This record gives sequence, C-alpha cells and structure tokens, in this order.
Amino acid sequence: MSSRAQTPAKASPPPTMPVSFTVNGKKADLKLDTRTTLLDALREHLKLTGTKKGCDHGQCGACTVIVNGERINSCLSLAMQHQGDEVTTIEGLGMPDDLHPMQAAFVKHDGYQCGYCTPGQICSAVSVLKEIEANIPSHVTGDLTSRMRPTNMEMRERMSGNICRCGAYSNIADAMAEVAGGKA
Amino acid sequence: MRPFTYQRAGSVAEAVKAVGSRDDAMFLAGGTNLLDLMKLQIETPAHIVDIQDTGLDKIEKTKDGGLRIGALVSNTALSADERVRKDYPVLTRAIQAGASGQLRNKATTGGNLLQRTRCSYFYDTNMACNKRDPGSGCAALQGYSRQLAVIGSSDKCIATYPGDMAVGMRVLDAVVETMKADGSTRSIALADFHRLPGDHPEQDNVLETGELITAVWLPKPPGGRHFYHKVRDRASYAFALVSVAAVIQDDGSGRVAFGGVAPKPWRVEAADAALGQGAKAVIARAFADARPTEENRFKIALAERALAGVLAEARNA
Ligand SMILES: Cc1cc2nc3c(=O)[nH]c(=O)nc-3n(C[C@H](O)[C@H](O)[C@H](O)COP(=O)(O)OP(=O)(O)OC[C@H]3O[C@@H](n4cnc5c(N)ncnc54)[C@H](O)[C@@H]3O)c2cc1C
Ligand code: SF4
Ligand code: FES
Ligand code: FES
Repeated sequence: MSSRAQTPAKASPPPTMPVSFTVNGKKADLKLDTRTTLLDALREHLKLTGTKKGCDHGQCGACTVIVNGERINSCLSLAMQHQGDEVTTIEGLGMPDDLHPMQAAFVKHDGYQCGYCTPGQICSAVSVLKEIEANIPSHVTGDLTSRMRPTNMEMRERMSGNICRCGAYSNIADAMAEVAGGKA
Repeated sequence: MRPFTYQRAGSVAEAVKAVGSRDDAMFLAGGTNLLDLMKLQIETPAHIVDIQDTGLDKIEKTKDGGLRIGALVSNTALSADERVRKDYPVLTRAIQAGASGQLRNKATTGGNLLQRTRCSYFYDTNMACNKRDPGSGCAALQGYSRQLAVIGSSDKCIATYPGDMAVGMRVLDAVVETMKADGSTRSIALADFHRLPGDHPEQDNVLETGELITAVWLPKPPGGRHFYHKVRDRASYAFALVSVAAVIQDDGSGRVAFGGVAPKPWRVEAADAALGQGAKAVIARAFADARPTEENRFKIALAERALAGVLAEARNA
C-alpha cells in the first residue's frame, strides 16, 4: 500500500450521492457529498446536534452513536457506509421529558461538568452494559471463558474510548453501576 | 478530504476488479484508519470501493482443525468468538489491548493488518517523510524517536508497525489469503506479509495494487498458555511502546513475538528456542541486530521486563 501521488483538484463539482438510513426510528433520505461523515450528516444535515465533534479523528469518543446496536465513532465513518442502517443518537435514547435510565443516572450522579463529552459517554455507557450482557471480553477480563460482569474495572476499561476533559470519570462509573444494578 | 467517487462492491470479484482497473482507487473496510488519513490528505484516493457487502464476515472451521477468519470480521466479533477465546486466547487478548470499544466494533481483520504507522512525522504533512512522500527524507531520524523502531528499520525509515492483533497472529503462525485483481488467489505467511522498509518505506507490505485480503487462516490450536502484555503510556486506548505475545507450553518451550519495536510483528526463531533459558537470553537473540536511538533504547529493557513478567506468570499459573 503506497502513498498516493497528489491528484490535481478537479474542476467539476465534488461527487454527491443519495443515501438513506433510519435515525432514531425516522427514515432519513439525503443527497450528500461523498466525503460527508456520519457525524456531519447527523449534525449539519439532520440538525441532530446532540452528537458532538471533539477531535474528528477517533481519539475522543464525543461523536459516539449506536449503529445497528453497536457503538461506533461517527467521525470515522462515511455517511455512505450506512445505507439501510439504524442509527441511534443521544436524542433517540431519551429527551428531557422522557429520560433513558442512563441519562437519569448521569443527572443523579453528576456524571458531567461542561457536558460536551456527555452524549458520547451516555451512548457508550448504554452500549458497554449491552456488550457485557453479550459476554464480550475486555482487556481487563481475567478468565475469558467465564461470564462477563459489570465490575468497576470492567466498566472503566470499556469506557476508555470516551475522554472527559472535565474528569467526571468516577461519577460516570457510579451512574453506570446504578444502571447495571451492581456496586461501583 | 479530497473528493472521491464511492462504490459498494457486491462481491469479492467486483471489488478486486474495481480497484485493480485503475491506480487511484482504494478499498474501504471499517474506515477507521483510511478516513483518518484521508482527512489529513495523507491518503488521497479518487475512488473508494466499500467492501462491506462482499460476504467476508464469517469465521469458519478449516479441515485441518484451524480457523478461517473472513477479512471483514470485526475486531469485537473475532475477540469474542468462543473458539478464539478457548483455543487462541492470545488473539483475544491482543485485540482487546488495542484501540477502544467503538473502534473495535468497526475495525476489521483485514483493515487492522493494513493499518499504517503512527509515526508522528508521517501524520504531519509539513515534515519530511519517506513513507508518505518517497524521497523527501525522514524527519524522525533527527527528531523525536521515543515511540519508533529499535530493530528492522533502515536509514530511510524507523517507523513501527503499530498494531496489536497482528502480533498475536504472528505467534499463531497465521497465513493471509488474498485475491489479486485478475481473480487469482495466494496465501502469504504473516511472517512475510509486512515489509522491512529498506529503500522503500512507502511499501508497508507485499500486497500488489488491487490485491484484496479475503481471509486470515489460523493453523490448529497450539495449546499451551497464552499471553499478551502491552506496555504503554496510559493504561488503555494507547498504542504500544512494547508488547509481548507468547504461547508457553508446560515444559517451558514456546513462541514469542514483540510489538511496538519494529516495522512488523517481531519474531526470531533463535529467540523462541531460548525461551527455556529466561527473558535475558530471549531478548539477547530477538534484539541481537537492534539499532535503537538514544531516545528509544529503553524499549529493549522494557521488552525484557515485559517478557520476564510473562514467564513468571506462565510458571505460576
Ligand atoms: C484513536 C485510535 C487508536 C487506535 N489504537 C489502536 C491500538 O492501540 N492498537 C491497534 O492495533 N490499533 C489501534 N488503532 C487502529 C485500528 O485498529 C485500525 O484503524 C483498524 O484496525 C483498521 O481497520 P478498518 O477496517 O477500519 O480499516 P480501514 O480504515 O477501512 O482500512 C485500512 C487500510 O486497509 C485497506 N483495506 C481494508 N480492508 C482491506 C482488505 N480486505 N484487503 C485489502 N485492503 C484492505 C484500506 O484500503 C486502507 O488502506 C487505533 C485507531 C485509532 C483511530
Ligand atoms: S520514520 Fe518513517 S514514517 Fe516516520 S518520518 Fe521517517 S520515513 Fe516517515
Ligand atoms: S470526534 Fe469522533 S472520536 Fe473525537
Ligand atoms: S463533562 Fe466536560 S468534557 Fe466531560
């Protein structure tokens, strides 16, 4: 795989393509510049600005959304890759008058300060509990053949893809522990 | 990002034809490395061929008792597979030591093998870099080299192969299965898959233009105890300074490979043979030809300690 020679900028307008996926249960039909990331499609085209852009390079987790039941970094995915997919954003998990249990737990435990990382943290936290439920191992798992449990260590390791500049980590772990029904 | 046209290939044959028929096209799997590099205009394909619909997402048993892992199997799915956890735990450990949950959900087996270096000068398009821009020089040689290679490098490039999964696969004697643009297939031992830079650091591996990874084959389970120890600057979500993948048998014999130290997963036969004699003897053989810089010399001592930890655990387990 070698690096590419610089191709001269084309005079023609950048290619666009249609793409359709479901966002929070609603069908979205878009025609986008092929370069549009899923993150920009959500924020700039569908005006779902709950999902945040931090680094835009997979390094912070602010853009985390749930696609077909799995959390991903929406900044490192093209919208075109998601034809036919089901996307859930923080708005789809719950709204102020109808909070998802994880959102309510974040409020109760002060799982944030500035709140910028929070939508990504919550989408990740919901997925982490599902991943433990689905018996997916992690870096800190001892016995790989035993059943996974939502211990504090497991949740901290699994949340490492979500950086919080305000350092709300221990309160986030408390919120997750409450939802998991375990002890932090 | 440079403008590009986008195509979803419905089959392997369509994918290799689409990329092989021009010289400015690239495959897209999870996108977690390629899109990162396209945003920085380090990669500038004019045509993207998305391979997610090519059906390469299965893990199958092989006739000789091993596994055939489709190129599109995600890192999460591979590490969680019951057969891998039970028979090849070094692979589960290596994958789970890398990246984050979000990234592993998207990252694929093929894409992971092909991830490019994390040398910071490769990423900084204002700096000279022979890997990114052949012939421009290597800023790392006079620069900050703490993260970079101690062995296998050349005076054209001292970057490392940054991945974890491949280091685990290396001790399992994995084989990469590919299809070329003309439809022919071949098998490449993982040992021969990644290249040392020599005079051509722009070529990370032996794949030809338009050649698609279709699967990775694991031979029958090696038995023994499996370890993947990764040493890094923070406890999670960071690339390796040094990593050790090892399979240790009850009699103390085994196999060992190192990550974060070389342009490829680093395994030396003579070092495997010295496993019974302890970490010092293994490191002396594995790193006999090392050419560290002042800033990264510590990696060799770190590798020895990481391996000593593995061997102690193997004895006590
Ligand atoms: C913040 C961050 C931290 C990370 N930390 C780690 C870490 O600690 N350890 C680690 O190992 N990795 C780490 N990674 C890297 C990650 O593992 C890779 O980005 C991922 O594995 C790439 O897989 P992909 O399917 O997304 O590849 P893509 O980005 O889709 O593709 C990568 C390259 O491979 C080519 N390609 C893909 N599939 C095929 C195929 N089947 N045949 C031929 N060519 C193909 C593409 O054309 C492209 O050139 C990290 C990444 C990020 C962003
Ligand atoms: S070490 Fe290799 S990748 Fe890094 S600047 Fe030098 S040539 Fe580029
Ligand atoms: S914005 Fe996607 S990971 Fe930072
Ligand atoms: S609450 Fe401010 S970044 Fe996390």
